[in-house]
Amino acid sequence: MKQVVILSGKGGTGKTSVAAAFAHLAYADSLRSVLADADVDAANLGLVLSPRVIEEHDFVGGSIAVIDPDKCDGCGVCVSVCRFDAVQVREGGYRIDPIPCDGCAACVYQCPTKAIRMESQVVGRWFRSESRYGPLFHAALRPAQENSGKLVTLVKQKARLLALDENYSAVIVDGPPGIGCPVISAASGADLALIVTEPTVAGIHDMERALKTTAHFRVPSFVCINKADVYPDGAAQIEAYCREHDIEIVGRIPFDQTVTEAMVNGEPVTAYRPDAPASRAMRAVWERIATRLNDQEDRQ
Amino acid sequence: MKIIITTVSPTIESEIDPRFGRGAYLLVVDPNTLEWQAHPNPGVNAPGGAGIKAAQFVVEQKVHAVISGDFGPHAFDALNAASVPMYVFGATRTVREAIARFNAGQLECVTAATRADCHSESKT
Amino acid sequence: MRIAVASGKGGTGKTTVATSLALSLASDSTRPPPLFLDCDVEAPNAHLFLRPTFERRQEVGILIPRVDESKCTHCGKCAEVCQYHAIAVLGKKVLVFAQLCHGCGSCALICPEHAISEVPDVMGVLEFGTTRAGIVFARGVMNVGEPMAVPVIRQLKKWIAPQPNQIVIMDAPPGTTCPVVESVRSADFLLLVTEPTPFGLHDLKLAAQIARELNLPAGVVINRDGIGDAGVEEFCAAERLPILMRIPFDRAIAEGIAQGQTLVDMRPECLSSFQSLFNQVRILVEAPA
Repeated sequence: MKQVVILSGKGGTGKTSVAAAFAHLAYADSLRSVLADADVDAANLGLVLSPRVIEEHDFVGGSIAVIDPDKCDGCGVCVSVCRFDAVQVREGGYRIDPIPCDGCAACVYQCPTKAIRMESQVVGRWFRSESRYGPLFHAALRPAQENSGKLVTLVKQKARLLALDENYSAVIVDGPPGIGCPVISAASGADLALIVTEPTVAGIHDMERALKTTAHFRVPSFVCINKADVYPDGAAQIEAYCREHDIEIVGRIPFDQTVTEAMVNGEPVTAYRPDAPASRAMRAVWERIATRLNDQEDRQ
Repeated sequence: MKIIITTVSPTIESEIDPRFGRGAYLLVVDPNTLEWQAHPNPGVNAPGGAGIKAAQFVVEQKVHAVISGDFGPHAFDALNAASVPMYVFGATRTVREAIARFNAGQLECVTAATRADCHSESKT
Repeated sequence: MRIAVASGKGGTGKTTVATSLALSLASDSTRPPPLFLDCDVEAPNAHLFLRPTFERRQEVGILIPRVDESKCTHCGKCAEVCQYHAIAVLGKKVLVFAQLCHGCGSCALICPEHAISEVPDVMGVLEFGTTRAGIVFARGVMNVGEPMAVPVIRQLKKWIAPQPNQIVIMDAPPGTTCPVVESVRSADFLLLVTEPTPFGLHDLKLAAQIARELNLPAGVVINRDGIGDAGVEEFCAAERLPILMRIPFDRAIAEGIAQGQTLVDMRPECLSSFQSLFNQVRILVEAPA
């Protein structure tokens, strides 16, 4: 069983469109796959896979501190120890603002009147769905919450365990933008990472950071250039960078309005119009990736 | 003498759980008498540092070795610091098989973290 | 006044809008040039368009524990209070896992032997400079491999104090969770940039919730207008979210941005559109609640 994660660095390069195409093409090729949407902040994969939710669960994030106003004597020790600016003044005492509270509990242990306790919070939900192309695990973290990394890890683990239990060949993970904890969690355990980039100055800059990140965590990585014809010089820069760093470019996808049309229609572009230029290019990328996935030794 | 094995179910008849930090149970077993006791792994629900939580439990039990499938960098550093030898079960599936191979000296001893994972080296 | 530019979905044009807004304010000689904060510390891009000359640099990070083994009795209280499992007592050794540490200081406070001191752990760097247009520019760059962006963003925001009457523009990262919240928290107005597609709409709804959670007045800029459907328009109408600007999709603009040109470089006439955007924002901020 192999795991592929789709990342980018920069947002909006087309990770989800590519992930959806992979889900469809894997299914069409009888490579039974479990799908995981690891972008828990802004989970879009389901919008093009027609999922039917069959299981949903609360997700408990970290705890936050809560002050009991009856026990609070206004001494202010909590203010002096809090490094997250989470303590607000209330008449005669203090109150913790749940948004900046990091859940460190320093105030709980330091409060002389033991007026503070930790309360765990439900900060989101995770779902197991049946999609057109296989089981889909996804989640939604409530806006302004923390612990994306933990929820990403949960979604991926559920996907991985199902894949192992029911003999699926692959897990396809649609990753989040950026390079921090949610990306690291999404990439952990992957047999390979596909970095979807765009030939723009910003896309190239962030692709480099994404590649450094996957290299840091030793995940073999490949690049595909999306909207490749928008700036040919940019595509050449990407090619030069990849050559210098020994990274294989597995395809170039042209800018194609069909991708948006397919999205509006709620389908992967490869299913919506298989002969569209973007669809044909994505099929080529998929075929290269499927071969490379096969080449990777089983990491389990 | 006691060792710990990560297991899927809380009995000696179980299959091994390949994950150390998030393996379902930590089975404490005497490899000679086969007396055993299963404990739910405290790392399972940890938000981060699951391997550390599990390692702390292992160290508290004062066992002579740990057998699992996979020791991430934090788990490795923690167990190494406490000088607890780590073994991977290789191709075995069940606890009983793993114990037999451990007794026969056939399990591979781990000298470095078996995977690079999120978050890297510790600093002492 | 502090204006945060966010989106939910990545790639909608936050940086395009934020930099154009900054350039339009800089061209207004009746006010000091704005302070631009690139808060997307994981993948900062604004410098590619505003091209500041960096003059100052500072490493940032959090304080992590260092244990004096000669005083440590291995009582384990530090490990007990640590909510992140970043410090562990294994037999007679104490291990610190810097990547898990949130720098809260709780372990140092609780240690009965006062054996724990705190030392800086570098996670990234802050950089400051000015652009040709006079914009005051600061950004944070998180080190590759670091999991947490928030401490870098937090320190970036405290680093440069705005002058009186200086508008502050914060270019937020994509997403809707803690790095975004940290970036936009102190703002007076949240400008949400979206694209008129199902993905754009889905994520705009989440971003709009942040505005509600943080009690911030908000408005929308629709970028690449014309490419998708009417979902975003309908949502904004239903939520009474004002649409403050529409930037039509134009492949030539996309190509220019790909090369590092700003919208203002390519279409100087849009300077006045952004000035008008700012005026609308000002009216909304000063309006009675």
